[in-house]
Amino acid sequence: MKLLSMNEIREDFPILNRKINGKRMVYLDSAATSQKPVQVIKAIEDYYRNYNANVHRGIYQLSVEATEAYESAHDEVASLINANPEEIIFTKGTTESLNLVAYSLGNRIRDGEILLSKMEHHSNLVPWQQLAKRNNLKLKFFDLTDDGELDLSNIDELINKNTKIVSLTHVSNVLGTINPVKEIAKIAHENNALFIADSAQGVPHIEVNVKNLDVDFLAFSGHKMLGPTGIGALYGKKEILEEMDPFMFGGDMIREVKLNESTWNTLPWKFEAGTPNISGGIGFGVAAKYIKRIGIDNIENHEKNIVKYAYDKLNEMDNVEIYGPEKRSGLISFNLKGIHAHDVSSILDESGIAIRGGHHCCMPLMEHLGIAGNARASFYIYNNEEDVDTLVKGLEEVKRIFK
Amino acid sequence: MTNEIYMENIMDHYKNPRNFGSLESPTVKHIEYNPLCGDKIEMSLLIENGKIKDIKFKGNGCSISQASTSMLLEMSNGKSIDEIKNLTKEDVFEMLSINLSPVRMKCALLGLDTLKNAILIHEKYGEKNE
Ligand SMILES: Cc1ncc(COP(=O)(O)O)c(C=O)c1O
Repeated sequence: MKLLSMNEIREDFPILNRKINGKRMVYLDSAATSQKPVQVIKAIEDYYRNYNANVHRGIYQLSVEATEAYESAHDEVASLINANPEEIIFTKGTTESLNLVAYSLGNRIRDGEILLSKMEHHSNLVPWQQLAKRNNLKLKFFDLTDDGELDLSNIDELINKNTKIVSLTHVSNVLGTINPVKEIAKIAHENNALFIADSAQGVPHIEVNVKNLDVDFLAFSGHKMLGPTGIGALYGKKEILEEMDPFMFGGDMIREVKLNESTWNTLPWKFEAGTPNISGGIGFGVAAKYIKRIGIDNIENHEKNIVKYAYDKLNEMDNVEIYGPEKRSGLISFNLKGIHAHDVSSILDESGIAIRGGHHCCMPLMEHLGIAGNARASFYIYNNEEDVDTLVKGLEEVKRIFK
Repeated sequence: MTNEIYMENIMDHYKNPRNFGSLESPTVKHIEYNPLCGDKIEMSLLIENGKIKDIKFKGNGCSISQASTSMLLEMSNGKSIDEIKNLTKEDVFEMLSINLSPVRMKCALLGLDTLKNAILIHEKYGEKNE
């Protein structure tokens, strides 16, 4: 990395000094949730210690400070993806963001088709599946190629005049596939359909520019990009958000309430009902700022290098099956033949290595791959080659035990 | 202790599960899943005169869920329904005699859950039910 060296970055993450079972901890589960730098931890503490107050309510000093910090967090997150701050709604994460769209916008759709893919995380599948049931819509799915990419061969048939919504994962949390959302959004728009990107694994790892991608909505989670849990965002195009009904009703989201009717607050507050996750929002803003300081292109490069290093090492081992395309973002899913992913992660844990094993909230994808689950090592800015070497040693130990 | 959960007898039951398969005409058949990891156990039981006359299981999952089910069935075959109903988590942990983390305990108990729910279904719906 150019601006900051690896060691400087690692110093920002105090948790990396932890020992697990007496060993140096190797954290390879950032796709589930990333670790947090001291800057984020301190910002949250600072809010609670020094200016804890509700936002948008008081005209006293503390509330003004809290409101300013919470609102400018929207600015920080917005500028990371080249959105306008009023187009950034804070939610509790990707799941809530997608549900918000499926309810507020989806409920109005009375007939037509929703197009998803077989590689979706449950949170970009179930909300649409249930909407389709409620409103009698047709669900369709992109198939996958053997490499684990979207099969675009029948896209002209999949996206047609009946298509109302196309919602796709930007980057697969299992295969690491980076989907061509810009190109597919364009085709969706030519057919008057809306395009939604689940960018839970995109925004933390690759450059996302919503103006350039021209997506209508984009959902992501703070906790996967160095921020706290319980906070995330939904980007939506202003003209669509203005047309849309609120998702939840209550305080903060209204302009005027009478006994029998109400009008809504301006964007984005119209969609942020109730006292928000203030400390989380502030932490999220600091996380976005941290990513900008390091530079998303540096992050992307670093992950490219480390994932290649890991891929080559795993590929050299016997009886390892790797899933997903060669061009991938910073994660690798794999199985050791004949050994359940739970056993793999359990044995690795003894060596201080944290990886995820299971279906990764993608049961239809597992079915497509014909497996019950797999193991996944996912990388972020603080991982280094030593982490990969430890993983490989650990996997050799797994194979020895199951010999 | 390093990887003590992968003791010899557990690996033995994992690699060579006892009572593996399914019965031709069972009195009751039942499937349970562990939603966390997608592990799956299917059991078929032949119950006669309040006793388990024969029992088999199929499934896929980690060594702990499969081995503990195999050991459990070995222990349950021939037992009365009442004896099965009195089996506890602790009995399973004792049978395995290893220290498990809370997450892996769920794996270890999948077999017992399947067995007990199969018995409940049998009691509720009677002889013919699957
Ligand atoms: C691709 C993808 N979509 C959606 C989600 C859901 O994110 P969250 O649990 O933060 O709402 C995840 C994370 O698990 C994910 O990887």
